[in-house]
Amino acid sequence: MTYDLTFAKEVYQNSEEGHWIKMCMQCGVCAGSCPMGFLGAWKHSPRQIFQMVRAGMRDEVLGSSDMWMCTSCYNCIVRCPRNLPITHIIHGLARYASVEGKADPKQPTHLFAKDIFWENIVATGRVGEAALTMKLYFKDGIGEGIKQGLEMKDAALGMMKAKRLKPLPFRGKIKGYPGFKAMLKKAFELEQQKEGKA
Amino acid sequence: MADGQAAGQTILVVGGGISGLTTAVEAAEVGYNVLLVEKSPHFGGRVAQHTKYFPKLCSPTCGLEINYQRIKNNPRIRLMTLAEVLEITGSTGAFTAKIRQNPRFVNQKCTACGDCAKACQTEVANPYNFGMNKVKAIRHDHFMAFPSHYYMDPDFAATDEAKKLVEVCPVGAIEPGMQAVITEEKVASVVWTTGGKPYDAEKILPYGFGRFANVTTNMRLERMADRFGPTGGRIIRPSDGKEAKNVAFIQCAGSRDHNYLPFCSRICCLASMKQATYVRGMYPDSTVTIFYIDLRAMDRYESFQKMVESDPQVRWIKSKPARIDEDPKTGNPIVVGENTLTGVRYEEPFDLVVLATGMEPNSASDAKVPMSNARYDEYGFVVSGRGLFSSGCSSQPSDVSGSVQSSTASALRAIQTAVNAKG
Repeated sequence: MTYDLTFAKEVYQNSEEGHWIKMCMQCGVCAGSCPMGFLGAWKHSPRQIFQMVRAGMRDEVLGSSDMWMCTSCYNCIVRCPRNLPITHIIHGLARYASVEGKADPKQPTHLFAKDIFWENIVATGRVGEAALTMKLYFKDGIGEGIKQGLEMKDAALGMMKAKRLKPLPFRGKIKGYPGFKAMLKKAFELEQQKEGKA
Repeated sequence: MADGQAAGQTILVVGGGISGLTTAVEAAEVGYNVLLVEKSPHFGGRVAQHTKYFPKLCSPTCGLEINYQRIKNNPRIRLMTLAEVLEITGSTGAFTAKIRQNPRFVNQKCTACGDCAKACQTEVANPYNFGMNKVKAIRHDHFMAFPSHYYMDPDFAATDEAKKLVEVCPVGAIEPGMQAVITEEKVASVVWTTGGKPYDAEKILPYGFGRFANVTTNMRLERMADRFGPTGGRIIRPSDGKEAKNVAFIQCAGSRDHNYLPFCSRICCLASMKQATYVRGMYPDSTVTIFYIDLRAMDRYESFQKMVESDPQVRWIKSKPARIDEDPKTGNPIVVGENTLTGVRYEEPFDLVVLATGMEPNSASDAKVPMSNARYDEYGFVVSGRGLFSSGCSSQPSDVSGSVQSSTASALRAIQTAVNAKG
């Protein structure tokens, strides 16, 4: 097998903070620090993902659900001896996988970030908690939605009591909505430019 | 000899550990005057705290004693203990060093008979053993201590008890009223050998040293393994005094880490391998586990590693542990991390965990060169030049043989400066 750096270079150039991956010395502190690892949430630790990038395993990396399991607790960044912004690298890879169409569209975090949350906030300029939660719960069908809703009933009522959850959807639009849309448009343009697609 | 060339030229050596002793002996034995200044009450430095050297596994007392004999037999070496260099002015070949001689409260008549320590009631935490046991407020550090004179802690010297000890001494050596004296010395060149200190393990928060009793450091283990040390040579758990038979070593604890010391301290891999032989030699049914990022046993040290590897009771796990927890019932430290060769995450309890802490140059904190144009590298090690030379752990992290080699080189450079200054 030849040592093929094509995918590694692709990540270094295109994935946000991806160039840091070349600094990883494979010590394993991130893997031991990640709370999701001990829950069995991922198959490959950040360390392993980085090594897979360097080994040219494009499909395995970009098709993996591991990056979508990050909870942004930042333990890995705090402890990494070589100052790698691991949380950001992982988020960068997740997004790159999505842009490249390699990420599983049904992966819950992917689905939530790309469709549910995004559509919700863009529509009005403000997150409508009720609609957001409903869409997330009912993503796997009506039966699953009702089941999950009942499971979280007490938490929802508690949040409503504390005025942290509005039961009715947010109507209308935020003040200055056209400006908000213009900002998003500009951001999208800049992103396309950066990725050489403009 | 060089007497004619550099008569009257003195080389100032600051720091009386193995590097300073070497520089002093090498320069004096070819005919140059040396003033060797040590901050603590005895010479020998970090080496005097070790039980064994690697790779030969012999006692450091032997090498130190040879140096002490050479010093005693050489009239060109002047010694100062409990002395600090306050200021160095002038330029290459013509420096003036202002030195404060701190009081020992015991004069040179002392024969180290020990009557005063027997009579002394006040005990203090023993700094020589990192506070792991108590020691009398008037003492010498160990039976090989050189110079073989007792000393008193300054706080104790001010007490009434100290004044009463004057009567106890059969030779009239105790002087609680002794004062500091400041002197000035003309020197041609300066060799800075103030060495290094173990990195403060309490700063490595995820490993819990200071919070968990059974997490210790490599230097503390070194004192434990010494049969004249605080545990009489037994490697035990500080929490309950039980034999530590399942011992883990964590490499790069505070080294190669941008949160702590960014550089490799170079000695810790071999030190842990050496200490693995202490544990294995003490308890035949013991196991040792070494957690490492990569092992840096360079050159001939590789055969030492092979020797330790031949013991099936020594396990090697390629992993920098993420953190240490403590089992509140047993007091066992639990090491948590990922084995990077298998990808398997572990949470494993041990009797005792030893942090192989790195080495911090003293010149970065409490032993800065008091010279206006002294230069340091990015980590605080002293950069040689302009009549100032550094060697041993003042110049880079070094083992003992590396310190001796670089200090011999420093002696030569200091001599060259002295000769050139003479013109």
